[in-house]
Amino acid sequence: MRINWTSVVVDDQQKALQFYTETLGFRVKHNIPLGEHAWITVVSEEAPEGTELVLEPAGHPAVVPFRKALVEDGIPYTAFAVDDVEAEHERLVAEGVRFVQPPTDLGTVITAVFDDTCGNLIQIMEEKGQP
Amino acid sequence: MDIYRAIADRTRRAILDELVDRSGQSLFELCARLIMKHGISSSRQAISQHLDVLEAAGLIRTRREGRSKLHWFEGAPLKAIGERWPISTDEDTSHSTDEDNEK
Repeated sequence: MRINWTSVVVDDQQKALQFYTETLGFRVKHNIPLGEHAWITVVSEEAPEGTELVLEPAGHPAVVPFRKALVEDGIPYTAFAVDDVEAEHERLVAEGVRFVQPPTDLGTVITAVFDDTCGNLIQIMEEKGQP
Repeated sequence: MDIYRAIADRTRRAILDELVDRSGQSLFELCARLIMKHGISSSRQAISQHLDVLEAAGLIRTRREGRSKLHWFEGAPLKAIGERWPISTDEDTSHSTDEDNEK
């Protein structure tokens, strides 16, 4: 058993595809039309054979209150690893991305949280090396 | 809720410390800071209740930004303490301590 896919629920798949590729810089791996929606996955340019992120349509009614509650409390349900949170923050702010939490040093990690414009907060995390 | 009861708790003082460090934090960010920087591993629900106490005492205020609820430190109520027990300027204050920093 392998962990090949993980999902992020998005309001609008086409808008999400644009944000996750053009703004964040991921690459489309699959884009298979399935009636009203599509099965869309993206991968990191740094690891094209790695875990695929599925851009899941927010179809189920339970998704609405669940995500609303998470966003209200500022909780990022999805996190990505980066080498340099400060540099990513600077790059994404220049792309117009809104951060709920700027880069914050929490001792063993540096984190920041941004709005993916598709209904989610996303955390980027840099693990600090041993001093 | 009076301010004396509101600040008579180590967790609530740590919350204020963190909000002074950065204004406009979500519950998530505050909880992350409390556990990573202060070793306070209370549940989100418990921290949320502490925030309610601080808000009732007027020591924090909240605002929605986008769809998130953010928190700010509000120092004005603390002025009442200084006005009630004024510090005379000619006194030596070099021996003052801060028990929250003892670790």
